[in-house]
Amino acid sequence: MPQGDYIELHRKRHGYRHDFFEKKRKKEARQVHERSAKAQKALGIKGKMIAKKNYAEKALMKKTLAMHEELSTRRKVDDEVQDGAIPAYLMDRENTTRAKVLSNTIKQKRKEKAGKWEVPIPKVRPVAEDEMFKVIRSGKRKTKQWKRMVTKCTFVGPGFTRKPPKYERFIRPSGLRFTKAHVTHPELKCTFNLDIIGVKKNPNGPMYTSLGVMTKGTIIEVNVSELGLVTPAGKVVWGKDPLTIQA
Amino acid sequence: MEVETEQGETGKSVMCVLTDPEGTTLGGTMYLPQNVGPVQLQQIVNTLLKNEEKLPYAFYISNQELLVPLGNYLEKNKVSMEKTLSIVYQPQAVFRIRPVNRCSATIAGHTEAVLSVAFSPDGRQLASGSGDTTVRLWDLNTQTPMFTCTGHKNWVLCIAWSPDGKHLVSGSKSGELQCWDAQTGKPAGNPLTGHKKWITGISWEPVHLNAPCRRFVSASKDGDARIWDISLKKCVICLSGHTLAVTCVKWGGDGVIYTGSQDCTIKVWETSQGKLIRELKGHGHWVNSLALSTEYVLRTGAFDHTGKQYSSPEEMKKVALERYNKMKGNAPERLVSGSDDFTMFLWEPAVSKHHKVRMTGHQQLVNHVYFSPDGQWVASASFDKSVKLWNGTTGEFVAAFRGHVGPVYQISWSADSRLLLSGSKDSTLKVWDIRTKKLKQDLPGHADEVFAVDWSPDGEKVASGGKDRVLKLWMG
Repeated sequence: MPQGDYIELHRKRHGYRHDFFEKKRKKEARQVHERSAKAQKALGIKGKMIAKKNYAEKALMKKTLAMHEELSTRRKVDDEVQDGAIPAYLMDRENTTRAKVLSNTIKQKRKEKAGKWEVPIPKVRPVAEDEMFKVIRSGKRKTKQWKRMVTKCTFVGPGFTRKPPKYERFIRPSGLRFTKAHVTHPELKCTFNLDIIGVKKNPNGPMYTSLGVMTKGTIIEVNVSELGLVTPAGKVVWGKDPLTIQA
Repeated sequence: MEVETEQGETGKSVMCVLTDPEGTTLGGTMYLPQNVGPVQLQQIVNTLLKNEEKLPYAFYISNQELLVPLGNYLEKNKVSMEKTLSIVYQPQAVFRIRPVNRCSATIAGHTEAVLSVAFSPDGRQLASGSGDTTVRLWDLNTQTPMFTCTGHKNWVLCIAWSPDGKHLVSGSKSGELQCWDAQTGKPAGNPLTGHKKWITGISWEPVHLNAPCRRFVSASKDGDARIWDISLKKCVICLSGHTLAVTCVKWGGDGVIYTGSQDCTIKVWETSQGKLIRELKGHGHWVNSLALSTEYVLRTGAFDHTGKQYSSPEEMKKVALERYNKMKGNAPERLVSGSDDFTMFLWEPAVSKHHKVRMTGHQQLVNHVYFSPDGQWVASASFDKSVKLWNGTTGEFVAAFRGHVGPVYQISWSADSRLLLSGSKDSTLKVWDIRTKKLKQDLPGHADEVFAVDWSPDGEKVASGGKDRVLKLWMG
């Protein structure tokens, strides 16, 4: 591009060529054919790129045309008759859906009271003992191997005090102790950070349950008072029926 | 009079003065012996008023009903005998409605939830609007469906009978109003269009202002109310001014229209030109429902419990005007509005634009307010599962009816003002006795939420409809 305005100055002083405009018009008319020829002859990646660009332009043009056509015809907005008819005083209020969802889940829980612990557990792989525990050597010559340290997350509860270290067989390191859990509501699809109340059942055995070890498939109880769920009787739900750990 | 001669015998007497609900005294102050009870007081009132028939009255001393002889009452409440005791007498309805207690029929027919139910003013016909876009007319003698009126494009949200019982109008979610011929079930003309969003309420012009009934007003979510003329089949006046949806509309007995809206205001309009007369501000949130003290009389027009039919519109107009004047008395018309801000206001719109009383007490939004047919009480239904009863003239709280376990949606009074009916989300209806302030009858039976209830003006039947798509008729 010209640096400066010498072209414009020349045009101002001397005007255009006698056939300037005609040449310009005809050259532009030829561009259409030249563009088409280039697009057809181009090979390889270059051809693909040109084709892609052309297609994008075509799609955009089609959309704008359709939009213009829509505006020209006056069509009456025809809503479909929806389900779930509500009277006029309930319109504009959103309290139906969420409450229904929660009440449905509570109703379902009540229906399945017998199978209370049967939450859908994905196939749980049994965890081997050497994966769960690490052997701690103790004693003056480091020959005694009766101590074990847990290598997975645990929950111990608020009033927990360790046994005297000399007699402690299972060590639960404080770095692996958790008090809160990230809980995802399956229907509402939002995650809450809730306090753990206790470990109900670990599928690997009652020993792990008593230790409070949380592995995949463990059922734990969490404090859901923050969610503000209310049972149909009007009491506030604070400890929700157990849910499984997915990870 | 016989009362005065007894004075010397008993010795202990009380100085009393009888006043009517508006405050004017009847007769002068008189000495009444302490063994005088409501029965004797009734005799006195009847004589003083020179009534030909003995009309029943109820007596109230400082808003508490007097059920025992004066002496017992004085002892219990330790009222001083030095001051003149003011006894307010309240005329009661001559007829007594039997409380409904059984479901006489469960009629299926609608394919979607029943959204509104209305008896015609003479109590002979019943119409219901539903989410399946139809309006159905039901035969009360055989308790079966009579006609199905199709024509609406979307849910039928509101229906209203004209006070002369001749026309039925329904409004839908698409903003259209359709007029029906109640005898054949066919549409009477094309749908009336004009509103851009759904219809929230319909109210007819009272018969004593204009007979035969021609005009009605409809309120819509688009923020304006329109006055339509049924013989011209078009919109006569459009009352725009509200900035948000108009939730309810009532045509008052003085020829003004009251509209309550989501923009927290109530506007009072005059009907010949559609000008705004007053704006009643005060609520903090949406105005959900309006009630007028003369509403029941306006709704029933010339018909009353005797079931008399009238032949000519002029006769109807005259009778309706008499009934209206009797109901209204000397006091200005009272208006009660219930709102999402959990409170209600009592207004006298003809007098002032400030509210007279603020009625608080509900813990959730107030969905429906309704004056009793004699204007003595106001009942309010709220989402906090209770129905509260208030004094209709002073706005004081009288009693709360608890029993529902879900939000109470709609209420309806019996024609003698002694019984109150409420329908709720918990799928039950409950009948409450006003005299004892307790639950009279529990009417379970619906399978899902109850959206609409109505008590027929002749007091015989109750109709209810809800989400379970059946219409239930209840009888005494």
